Amino acid sequence: MKKLLSIIIALAAVCGLLAFGANQLQSSAGSTGKKVLNLYTWGDYIDPNLLTKFQKQTGYHVNVETFDSNEAMFTKIKQGGTSYDLTVPSDYMIEKMKKANLLLPLDKKRLTGMANYDPRFMDLDFDKDNRYSVPYFWGTLGIIYNDKFVKPGSINHWNDLWQSKYRDKIMLIDSARDVMGFSLASMNKSMNTTDPATLLAARNKLNQLAPNVKAVVADEIKMYMIQNEAAIAVDWSGEASEMLDGNDHLHYVVPSEGSNLWFDNLVIPKTAKHFDAIYAFLNFMSEPKNAAQNAEYIGYATPNKKAKALLPKAIRTDRQFYPDDQTIRHLQIYKDLSPAKVGLYNDRYLEFKMHH
Amino acid sequence: MQRKQRLSRQTAYFIPYVLWIGLFVIAPVILLVYQSFFDINGHFTLGNYQTYFSSNTYLMMTLNSVWYAFLITLATLVISYPTAYVLNATKHPQLWLLLIIMPTWINLLLKAYAFIGIFSQAGIANQFLQFIGLAPQQILFTKFSFIFVAAYIQIPFMVLPIYNSISELNPSYVNASKDLGATSWQTFSKVIFPLTLPGVKAGVQAVFIPSLSLFMLTRLIGGNKVITLGTAIEEHFLTTMNWGMGSTIGVILIIAMVIIMSLTGGSKRRTKRGLTK
Repeated sequence: MKKLLSIIIALAAVCGLLAFGANQLQSSAGSTGKKVLNLYTWGDYIDPNLLTKFQKQTGYHVNVETFDSNEAMFTKIKQGGTSYDLTVPSDYMIEKMKKANLLLPLDKKRLTGMANYDPRFMDLDFDKDNRYSVPYFWGTLGIIYNDKFVKPGSINHWNDLWQSKYRDKIMLIDSARDVMGFSLASMNKSMNTTDPATLLAARNKLNQLAPNVKAVVADEIKMYMIQNEAAIAVDWSGEASEMLDGNDHLHYVVPSEGSNLWFDNLVIPKTAKHFDAIYAFLNFMSEPKNAAQNAEYIGYATPNKKAKALLPKAIRTDRQFYPDDQTIRHLQIYKDLSPAKVGLYNDRYLEFKMHH
Repeated sequence: MQRKQRLSRQTAYFIPYVLWIGLFVIAPVILLVYQSFFDINGHFTLGNYQTYFSSNTYLMMTLNSVWYAFLITLATLVISYPTAYVLNATKHPQLWLLLIIMPTWINLLLKAYAFIGIFSQAGIANQFLQFIGLAPQQILFTKFSFIFVAAYIQIPFMVLPIYNSISELNPSYVNASKDLGATSWQTFSKVIFPLTLPGVKAGVQAVFIPSLSLFMLTRLIGGNKVITLGTAIEEHFLTTMNWGMGSTIGVILIIAMVIIMSLTGGSKRRTKRGLTK
């Protein structure tokens, strides 16, 4: 009995020490106290040097917490609990959060850098007049190919993927909206269609693609493409830019007949508490110099017009990541569909995955 | 008076267990069943079950899951039984057992990534094939690689119970069987195997049930060429946000597991008595 008691006491002491240590570490990192900003964002989606600079300039310490899907972020914000001050949902998710009353409108009087943004990326359907959101990054969905296996310039359109010579060579991103979406785009249909017959046709077309599909995977695509594991992949431009950094043989194409155009915008969820810090951060990130530094670090396309002008010419004029107006005109932004319609996309997509 | 005190103390000891089971086993299962009766708009419905049983996709997926779980279990069993048998005959079985258990200390994700490295186009497996003069093969994203890796991960959970029941086997039964003129095969099939069957059953349960709902490996190693019910649950909870349908599949998996438990766990009591060393 005595032995048991001493074991229990020892365990309690260890737990107490660990808790104390963790607490000390956390407070030395400055997460307690008032001058903080809780940023809830995608993994590796901001240049850490900027966070240091922001703290030096304004005194606010930024706590970064990350999510890996819009849906996961939505669920966490909806549950409340953690006081996130800013988060970075994509276009359709902004619409959805708006409908669910999870967003606070921006106080335009406190924003100083809104004029820096490209008007093409403002006042869009998912957030008219930018009442709730400040653009952060934008990008596209496209095709990455390795010129070791594919002749440069021979893939320009979605339909090129269906050629039988690419048997077992293509990797797809595991995302219902995007895979169904490019099948729809290849048939010149809207990527937001909710017509069951059209979606069925899109699935049938995907089934024909199945022999060419090597795998349907997620983040691992980056690693595989860099290691020459597959010849072709369908993925987002942000992921593509990281792949291109890792392997000189890779190229990124946005099919000119149409593809997805996506936005990640900064919004204030209703869990926000530190409003001075929020507006300081939004204005800090709108400054062309900072936005340019961030864009160079992350590799995504910046919606900040003045920041873009500050980027090195090689990046600024790269048609892969800053497509020409002609292509941009054909790009489509995902709309927030009702749960039943999203279910329709998912069911067809699941059927395609079962097929191959 | 004293008896009463002892009783109340016993009840006090019981509280953590009851709380644990109540909060983390019973309550979640009830929530899951409850959730499965609601459609995507939050209306009460039996439609989820109707969809499940009338949809070719889900039925195919169920068959797929059971089939792959069966293959994984079979592969694991074929490797584990001889291993456990040999282990028992070695000088330091505990040491060898430790070596077999060791991989379970490593995170599943890490092991999966290690296999990605081994099986990839430029990986060790293909280097070996080239070394012995064969053309490089596509190993990753095949059904073979999926079953291989799943079996690798499950083997310790099969070896342990089988080893335990083999080491508990009284050697005089084996000797008696041999003395009475049985061949080695007869000894094995009539004496050793039936007496170690409880271990095999426990191992099958420990492997088959988790294999039914594997989902991470199906993507990482199988490249989503193998689709199991786990994939569908993940998708319904995270993408479609159709928690009702996801829960329905979860409930069906639980029922399937109960059936398997009752099929494989029937005769435990009888074999326990008197057969130990």
